[in-house]
Amino acid sequence: MLTAALAIAGREFRLAVRQGFDSLLAVVFFVLACVLFPFGVGPEPAVLARIAPGIVWVAALLATLLSLDRLFQTDYDDGTLELLALAPLPLTAVVAAKVAAHWMMTAGPLLIAAPLLALLLGLAADAFPALLATLALGTPALSVIGAIGAALVLGARRAGVLLALLILPLYIPVLIFGVAAVDAAAFGLTVRPHLMLLAGLSLAAAVIGPPTTAAAIRLALR
Amino acid sequence: MNGFAGEDLVCERGARIVFTRLRFAVGLGGALVLVGPNGSGKSSLLRTMAGLLAPLAGRLTWDGADVRGDPFAHHQRLRFVAHTDAMKPTLTAIENLRLWAALAVSIDERSTGEGNADTRCRHALAAFGLAALAEVPARYLSAGQRRRLTLARLLLAPSRLWLLDEPRTALDSDGAARLDAAVAAHRQGGGIVVMALHGGPYPDGARFLDLADYRAAATC
Repeated sequence: MLTAALAIAGREFRLAVRQGFDSLLAVVFFVLACVLFPFGVGPEPAVLARIAPGIVWVAALLATLLSLDRLFQTDYDDGTLELLALAPLPLTAVVAAKVAAHWMMTAGPLLIAAPLLALLLGLAADAFPALLATLALGTPALSVIGAIGAALVLGARRAGVLLALLILPLYIPVLIFGVAAVDAAAFGLTVRPHLMLLAGLSLAAAVIGPPTTAAAIRLALR
Repeated sequence: MNGFAGEDLVCERGARIVFTRLRFAVGLGGALVLVGPNGSGKSSLLRTMAGLLAPLAGRLTWDGADVRGDPFAHHQRLRFVAHTDAMKPTLTAIENLRLWAALAVSIDERSTGEGNADTRCRHALAAFGLAALAEVPARYLSAGQRRRLTLARLLLAPSRLWLLDEPRTALDSDGAARLDAAVAAHRQGGGIVVMALHGGPYPDGARFLDLADYRAAATC
């Protein structure tokens, strides 16, 4: 089963490399969205530094959302998902492999870009490790919860909009604890409880997400 | 009895009964050809046989045992070729096959056939006349070549049951001949094939199932 799951994840990576720009879309959006804020709220360093954690986190959230429509939709359209559902391994494992690959390919570039954007927005240097830690611990939850939504909207009209409406409210807890941790670090407070809550959210999502996603895919394949 | 059978299957699509009280039985090495007009439920029956669609009533059995008792065993013994080709345009022909080769072997190492995954992929490509195109991205393949690539999936590892939905679509006479040869070899080894076809030639000794015979009587 592990070999099969690795084969599925490996294929996702290969596809991402071949499709080049498609996979970079999320991180390009992330950078652009963050860069827009200084233009919008003015170049006042104190203001930007204060709202930097929120900007980076909201942009990361939207960038993840942007990358989700490709997660199952193309496989659904070309019949791959049907065959994966017939593979001799649980669909939950298939979903887990695909979501893990999705997370590495979207969160990886975001984690690389985030420090540069934090620098641009003038985030306190003390908060940099916390920002990276929150993104690393929180983005798995974003990918897993997003996968549930992506599976539920399979076959729907205007799936992209529907997906945003469905998923964004569920992202709020991750956003709250992510930003709270970075704020805490910037003010010299303890970060640990926030990080543990984020990790808890990601773990809970990782347990509930794949079986739910698999059930939603089964429904879509009927 | 040995083989694949369905008892009193009822299929519903969008609140409409497509076919009702459908029965069939195919023994080892047998072929079942599904015929019937468009919309008579050939594809729905194949999807039901694959386990993608749950029948409203009735059951499917393999060697007398209900397939729902062990869905993974059923998935493992079957290969399903639908209208869609499940091939990624940016991957080369052989890269496309590799995933299916990995999935075919990962569970039961005994049933892998000979050679490693790569050799088996190349054998399957050669059997459908695609050996020279192994390294070509699938987006450059013609419709017929894509069809051959999809069918090559059947040959990656031995399996017991092939479910083919109009497999000759887009194939030229050479492609159709290669398909017929593959089907014959599969049946020789005791494999079962169920295929939806529009017109012959039909496999030797095939049984026919006309879905028009099982259309639900108009009610209300």
